[in-house]
Amino acid sequence: MAVNTDKNSYTILFAIAMVVVVGSLLAFTASSLKPTIQENERMEKQQNILYAIGINENGDNDIVFVGTDKVGDLFASKISEQLVLESKDGKILKVMSRQEYMDANNNQEPYLIDVKKQQTRAKEGKSRFLPLFVGEKDGETVYVAPIRGKGLWDAIWGYVALDKDMVIQGVFFDHAGETPGLGANIKQRYFMDDFTGEHLLSDTGVFKGITVAKGNNDPLNERKEDFKVDALAGATITGDGIAGMIKNDLKLYLPFFENLKTQSN
Amino acid sequence: MGLLSKKDGKLITDPLADNNPITIQVLGICSALAITAELKASLVMGIAVLFVLGIGNVVISLMRNIIPSKIRIIVQLIVVATLVIIVDQVLKAFAYELSKTLSVFIGLIITNCIIMGRFEAFALGNGPWKSFLDGIGNALGYAVILIIVGFFRELLGSGTLFGIPVLGDAIEKTGVYSIGYENNGFMLMPPMALIIVGLIIWVQRSRNKALIED
Repeated sequence: MAVNTDKNSYTILFAIAMVVVVGSLLAFTASSLKPTIQENERMEKQQNILYAIGINENGDNDIVFVGTDKVGDLFASKISEQLVLESKDGKILKVMSRQEYMDANNNQEPYLIDVKKQQTRAKEGKSRFLPLFVGEKDGETVYVAPIRGKGLWDAIWGYVALDKDMVIQGVFFDHAGETPGLGANIKQRYFMDDFTGEHLLSDTGVFKGITVAKGNNDPLNERKEDFKVDALAGATITGDGIAGMIKNDLKLYLPFFENLKTQSN
Repeated sequence: MGLLSKKDGKLITDPLADNNPITIQVLGICSALAITAELKASLVMGIAVLFVLGIGNVVISLMRNIIPSKIRIIVQLIVVATLVIIVDQVLKAFAYELSKTLSVFIGLIITNCIIMGRFEAFALGNGPWKSFLDGIGNALGYAVILIIVGFFRELLGSGTLFGIPVLGDAIEKTGVYSIGYENNGFMLMPPMALIIVGLIIWVQRSRNKALIED
């Protein structure tokens, strides 16, 4: 077939045909695979939450989630309640149970609440839903909160398990596109495990957060009440992102924990 | 190589050494600097590029007579981007864990100049089989350098290989750390990758004088 590929009309026709073919190919792939992908993401959220309260199949150094075949059952049995706090301007307007939330929101499970969307709502001056998952670790009740922020290249997020005094009992961090070997190491055990035992509140109950600090002379992270964990080499901005999302998102839960304390006294 | 004719065999072996895409053509440097802080990432990136370049070269070669020359670069970009996105989607659906590892590389693969370079320089002018071999050869040449750089950066920077400590425990001071050895944190920084690539180029050219330009 001898075509003059230099003609303008041919070029335009080729471009149109290419766009149509590629566009429909991608649209077809995306829509036919979407249910499977969403199911994977749903199970991953459950795995992450369970990981934060210490339910996983880790070896010495690796990170192994509970299998996808049993994650649903484990999530149902180990997470005794999914609370949803409605928060505005740093105050908590009301605390909903899972059923109350689902009745009001098209039967959406609280663990599927999109933290990013809720952050946008807060920015627009609206109230924001804060999910909180209640489970148990070593016989103590723990509360798992999702957090989300910015790394160097893209989003970073995580789940933090807190006891009633807001002492961290376990974390799981993940990222969309941090640099392998540098920022991506936030999801390594040696970084995440450092957070366990760290305090978020001062003795007087003021929210301090955690700084991911360089040169804090505490590489083994033995001091648990200095509000610092050891930073990762070459990942300053990702580390700052971790500190930022802990500060911004977990602070919103403070009134809930204060309330918990007054109730128990 | 009994399977391939001598000329076809050269398409695979040339890019491994004397016409290496990184050390001789100096392409694909960005990704070589970005992801070689650990050996595993280097290997994954090598395999991903092998896949994309092999198939992409064939697709471009099959289309070579109908691509309008005015928009050929855009067409090449679209082919790479489409391939990469489809692979990513399929992995997300059927190998979720693997896709999490790979997601970081997607952007890096699309912008890798080796891929565009091979499309432009080879696939547009040669048949599919030759283009396939050329793609595989260049991707292997790229992977070899990545693995060498990743090996030294992870070993000297973190004291590990594939995440497994090989020099002892840096914090507990066992192994070589007990005699005062320290990890060199600078190795984890991208500039060190450039220096290692430079050293490889130096070694290669001093062994084969024919490679030295005037």
